[in-house]
Amino acid sequence: MTVNEVQDSIIEEFSVSDDWMDKYNLLIDMGKDLPAIDPKYKMKDFLIEGCQSKVWLHPEYNGERIKFTADSDAIITKGIVGLLVKVLSDRTPEEIIGADLYFIDRIGLRQNLSPTRSNGLLAMIRQMKLYAMAYKAGAR
Amino acid sequence: MKDISEIRADFPILSRKVYDKPLIYLDNGATTQKPLCVLDAVRDVYIRYNGNIHRGVHAMSDMTSEAYENAREIVRSFINASQREEIIFTSGTTGSINSIAFSFGERYVKEGDEILVSNLEHHANIVPWQMMCERKRAKLKVIPVNDNGEIIFDEYLKLLSPRTKIVAVTQVSNALGTIVPVNDIIKAAHSRNIPVLVDGAQGIQHGTTDVALMDCDFYAFSGHKIYGPTGIGVLYGKEKWLRELPPWQGGGDMVDKVTFEKTTYNELPFKFEAGTMNYAGAIGLGKALDYVSGIGREEIALRERQLLEYANNRLSGIKGLKIFGNSPDKIATISFLLDGIHQYDTGMILDKLGIAVRTGTHCAQPVMERFGIEGTVRVSMCFYNTFDEIDALGTGIEKVIQMFS
Repeated sequence: MTVNEVQDSIIEEFSVSDDWMDKYNLLIDMGKDLPAIDPKYKMKDFLIEGCQSKVWLHPEYNGERIKFTADSDAIITKGIVGLLVKVLSDRTPEEIIGADLYFIDRIGLRQNLSPTRSNGLLAMIRQMKLYAMAYKAGAR
Repeated sequence: MKDISEIRADFPILSRKVYDKPLIYLDNGATTQKPLCVLDAVRDVYIRYNGNIHRGVHAMSDMTSEAYENAREIVRSFINASQREEIIFTSGTTGSINSIAFSFGERYVKEGDEILVSNLEHHANIVPWQMMCERKRAKLKVIPVNDNGEIIFDEYLKLLSPRTKIVAVTQVSNALGTIVPVNDIIKAAHSRNIPVLVDGAQGIQHGTTDVALMDCDFYAFSGHKIYGPTGIGVLYGKEKWLRELPPWQGGGDMVDKVTFEKTTYNELPFKFEAGTMNYAGAIGLGKALDYVSGIGREEIALRERQLLEYANNRLSGIKGLKIFGNSPDKIATISFLLDGIHQYDTGMILDKLGIAVRTGTHCAQPVMERFGIEGTVRVSMCFYNTFDEIDALGTGIEKVIQMFS
């Protein structure tokens, strides 16, 4: 699936119910699906600043694609980073850099799932794109 | 005392909905909501008589100056200071403490001197002293707290030394709600001729504060935490200190005579009020204090004790809920964690249920560190909250537990 196909399927999943509690439950499930990060990467180097809870994000580049694993000590945050991983992991650096993440607004993540904490969400996206740019520059 | 529905009707925001649910506002430690009379008072300034204070010959300037000085008198009487010269308007508690830390440091602190704060302090009563200590090469010493979140008095006494220049303590812990025995702290410091600053940000709104009785040398508080506007606060200082201390800011209105060779300063309190002050905020604060006096400070304290007791009973019945800060002397604030559930998750779900609480370290990281935690959920109640709201909080917390376990 392309980046946008994954985004569209997430939008569809979240549109099943209008009830915020259902959306949260979905998000909690997303967190559970998140590929486990190797505990040795749960260290300061992989901690994302700007979130109220701790978020670790680890990239692995095989010369073609970047695989992300992540974790958080808060379950909702883990779900949010899980969504981002679902959309952006196992992609080429170009795909990640060029991704227009419209699903965030469409499922109300920015306004409703993380009120005033969208800077934490933005910090996660920025970090993923930064890794992609670094690998792209390194590959050249 | 007015009945609760009359009180709530004074605060327009309390009847709003959030996510289609009635707002349950339990974050009063962060900021309080405003009664309509305060909003009217501020609006009135701009609609009827706005003019810059202490400067004009015209009627508007006169009326505004009079209202501003009247607000100063209301503050003086509210905290029972002996004279209006001892009341300085500032931008808030943070502004007050930064100013005193700067001026006091310039005047009295030398290399090797010590400043004493407690482990309960808000960052606003740590960082300004730390900055001053760095400048002056002085040392910041910390009074430890016990497992209940209370200051260990014997340790405090041991920390007082001939090098201690000032003790700066909070009246009430913002993170845990502990009421600190400031009277005893001040007595012990004074017996060694050490002045004391009291951070009243979380104390002033929860009962009667009498600076004459307390005998503190400095007292700081914020308008927005006592039902007044944001951006206005107060620094009380005993006249003898304020006379000796150098001003922290230069500018208009704080001067007597200015030449390029030498400037002499204005009288108290104007020496410390450089530039155009937030006079509309001060006037609003005066109205807020009048409102609080009208409700009755003893009545407020009593009602808040009832709320605390009710909430303690309701929350302590929830399995897996641990309260941090168990002093018998507390304001109506409960800091807690749910077993195995991150404070952020708890706060997010409560928010969706229309319940506003604070999560995180509450700008008091050293307190969190003392208890070996990274944050809590803080419920901070005040007199306009209801028992029904506490019931809704209890149900909300149970819902959170159900969702995350």
